[in-house]
Amino acid sequence: MKKKVTDALLIVLMLILAVSFLYPVFLILFNSLKEETSISTNTVFTLPTAETFAGLKNYWDAVTSKGFFVSFGYSLVITVTSVAAICLFCAMCAWFITRVQNKWTSMIYYLCVFSMVVPFQMVMYTLSKTADTLKLNTPWNIWVIYLGFGAGLAVFMFTGFMKSIPLEVEEAAMIDGCNPIQTFFRIVFPMLRPTMVSVGILEAMWVWNDYLLPTLVLDIKKYRTIPMLIQYFKGSYGKVEMGPMMASIMLTIIPIVIVYLAGQKHIIKGVAAGAVKG
Amino acid sequence: MEKVLKKYWPLFVVPTMAAFTIGFIVPFLQGLYLSFCQFTTIKKAKWVGFDNYIRVFTDDPEPLTDSLWFTVAFAAVSIVLINLIGFLFALVLTRGLKGTNLFRTVFFMPNLIGGVVLGYIWQILINGLLSVVGEPLLALNTTAGYWGLIILMCWQQVGYMMIIYIAGLQSVPESLIEAAKIDGATSLQTLLKIKIPMIMQSVTICVFLTLTNSFKLFDQNMALTNGEPMNTTTMLALNIYKTFYNRTGAQWKGLGQAKAVIFCILVVLISFGQLRATRGKEVQQ
Repeated sequence: MKKKVTDALLIVLMLILAVSFLYPVFLILFNSLKEETSISTNTVFTLPTAETFAGLKNYWDAVTSKGFFVSFGYSLVITVTSVAAICLFCAMCAWFITRVQNKWTSMIYYLCVFSMVVPFQMVMYTLSKTADTLKLNTPWNIWVIYLGFGAGLAVFMFTGFMKSIPLEVEEAAMIDGCNPIQTFFRIVFPMLRPTMVSVGILEAMWVWNDYLLPTLVLDIKKYRTIPMLIQYFKGSYGKVEMGPMMASIMLTIIPIVIVYLAGQKHIIKGVAAGAVKG
Repeated sequence: MEKVLKKYWPLFVVPTMAAFTIGFIVPFLQGLYLSFCQFTTIKKAKWVGFDNYIRVFTDDPEPLTDSLWFTVAFAAVSIVLINLIGFLFALVLTRGLKGTNLFRTVFFMPNLIGGVVLGYIWQILINGLLSVVGEPLLALNTTAGYWGLIILMCWQQVGYMMIIYIAGLQSVPESLIEAAKIDGATSLQTLLKIKIPMIMQSVTICVFLTLTNSFKLFDQNMALTNGEPMNTTTMLALNIYKTFYNRTGAQWKGLGQAKAVIFCILVVLISFGQLRATRGKEVQQ
């Protein structure tokens, strides 16, 4: 009986908390539906009325004149290429350094761990210059930079998992005549799938939302990813247009929420598994 | 197998390591070198020895120490709050309540929204609140900026830590808790003497993540307050960024790079120090 009452109280408390967790997003949603002229700091909590309701005008503006879809495309290209490269190449590298043990491979491992801790500001200036010199400053090849900077976490997580795979399966495959390439792609790669999902999700969350790296590496006049676009609205580039900005924030959040709801089981499992490996 | 595999290193190791060299090793070493130079571009660098490092403490319009204290004050409070709330959420959501999945989904969601977007969402919300109560807005209000950052980071990270704590709590063997109950332990005793010691590994990870995230925080800081008013809410990462990119002149980039090296050493020391300190408290299962 006592447990039932506590449980009921806890459910009510959790409901209140859940609503307050969603409120900030809801606030942006209804403000994005207001007329540009009636958005102001002191009326931010009032719902749109018949006079202030703008329909989807701000959204139309964000999409047509502010280039939202172009930015969305760039963000998508960068995230997909980077995550694919990280998952494939880092898995290969991790397999090699777990199975071949010498001073080089352990050096690679410790360098990777070290790179995870180093703050981005340490390399931001020199990295952006290196990227310019090597022409890695477009959305189509910035993945090389992301592979380099994201390798630490990925190699670390893959090696953590690799240590628990029995060596016998791979040895059997090699004795049966597989070369290392076949062994990796036919035997090891399929076994890595759960870890691959963890790594992929963590790296995708990072790349998709990353602001500073693309700002410094890409040419801001030509290419703007979504976080850069949001900052561009607010930045000192002219008058702040709150309506289209809030519409863009909503347009950014909606696909994330859809992806999240569709794959939340994997995402939450991936995060939990990733943390334990870490 | 090792012998055969060894010959394949160009295929397995070189792609990642080539990118790692371009994306990390070279910029890191160049950065280290440039912190001893005065420079406007990498090619036009003049060796000045420890000048930049001395200037960090004597002649810097955006003192690193101010940002350090602000960062420490922010980190101390946010690490405690995020972990405490995340753990409490995890405790409640491992009781088998109705709607557990829904709550878990909602609390985790803010994690997926990027720092810049989060910063602007909360800027709109907090400025709205401040204007309702008649207080100065974020651009003129250090206290609001400080608590705003803490609330924002709690909102974003509580769900993530909650997931890790839930995984930890679920791995505590049922038999241990049963045994404690039979021995007459109250639920508080079970929590303090069994559950918490058994999930020390999760605590290590969560404290590590919140600690490094707090010290390296940039996007949220830039979007929410951008250091306003008068750089009183500038954290370490933003401080360095401002020295690098908001100033023109030959003397600033070297200074910024020296500050970045100090920042880097600080973060590395704190991270590994924390790992060593809490790893010792873990229970072997």
